[in-house]
Amino acid sequence: MPETSSDTWQVAGRTFTSRLIVGTGKYKDFAQNAAAVEASGAEIVTVAVRRVNISDPSQPVLMDYIDPKKITYLPNTAGCFTGEEAIRTLRLAREAGGWDLVKLEVLGEARTLYPNMRETLIATEVLAKEGFLPMVYCADDPIAAKQLEDAGAVAIMPLGAPIGSGLGLQNQVMIRLIVEGASVPVLVDAGVGTASDAAVAMELGCDGVLMNTAIAEAKDPIRMARAMKLAVAAGREAYLAGRMQKRRYADPSSPLAGLI
Amino acid sequence: MTQPDFIQVRINGEPRRVAAGASIAALVAELGLDPARVAVERNLTIVPRSTLGDVTVADGDAFEIVHFVGGG
Repeated sequence: MPETSSDTWQVAGRTFTSRLIVGTGKYKDFAQNAAAVEASGAEIVTVAVRRVNISDPSQPVLMDYIDPKKITYLPNTAGCFTGEEAIRTLRLAREAGGWDLVKLEVLGEARTLYPNMRETLIATEVLAKEGFLPMVYCADDPIAAKQLEDAGAVAIMPLGAPIGSGLGLQNQVMIRLIVEGASVPVLVDAGVGTASDAAVAMELGCDGVLMNTAIAEAKDPIRMARAMKLAVAAGREAYLAGRMQKRRYADPSSPLAGLI
Repeated sequence: MTQPDFIQVRINGEPRRVAAGASIAALVAELGLDPARVAVERNLTIVPRSTLGDVTVADGDAFEIVHFVGGG
């Protein structure tokens, strides 16, 4: 299908074919993680920034299994509860990786992992001024989404449900409003539990979907990674195809004329 | 023969004795780390990788040395 293969998307001037971004947390081991990334077809993975283990520096590391020259590492600030911590983390990430495309996530509380939008907005402004290209995890608020865009966010990443919950998109109306209003890519960042959830996000017109737990906590993560790849592609195709209008009642598919 | 002097620093929150006059690059090498895969922060300021060899570790310095790990 040539239409599909040429259907790329861009963020901050970089072009990608896969619309699925996957996390690298919660896997049994690095080998399973690498196999899941491969099966997902993802070209971008999120990674965390943490202290090196100075007592045992010879332990295997993520880069031994997922090559940052082939897969774009998107440093994430997951675990940061203030803008200041997030900015500090991303400055280190830029030095460690040497690139400016990052994911900003400033959490409001541990129970819901809902974003703190005030801190998120301030941090987005600071990062953009420092030359970062922040893709920003945010609330499903179309006004806040525009404010983030004005502050320099290169992508808007609203949650579809709480991080790690697998509840599916609880806010389809809001996600669609954000998509309609945005002039930067919109990616659902959290809440996907299974393949149909990913397809829903894409059918709403999102440019992509980011997920971690839905794949990592599946009984067979590699098979689920493949399912997500197919679901994202299917949802995207359905969006581009333009779905039929809904009707309140039946409408027969066979002609009424010529009945015996 | 004079004994080398040692100074006290903190690395990732842990106290450590380092030879006086050592560069950060020497410190990173002594820890067995690949400088291309880590980032170093000294007293809350990033030390660019290209200058790790030029900066001398001072008594009381607090270092954070980080790398990428799996995450969501």
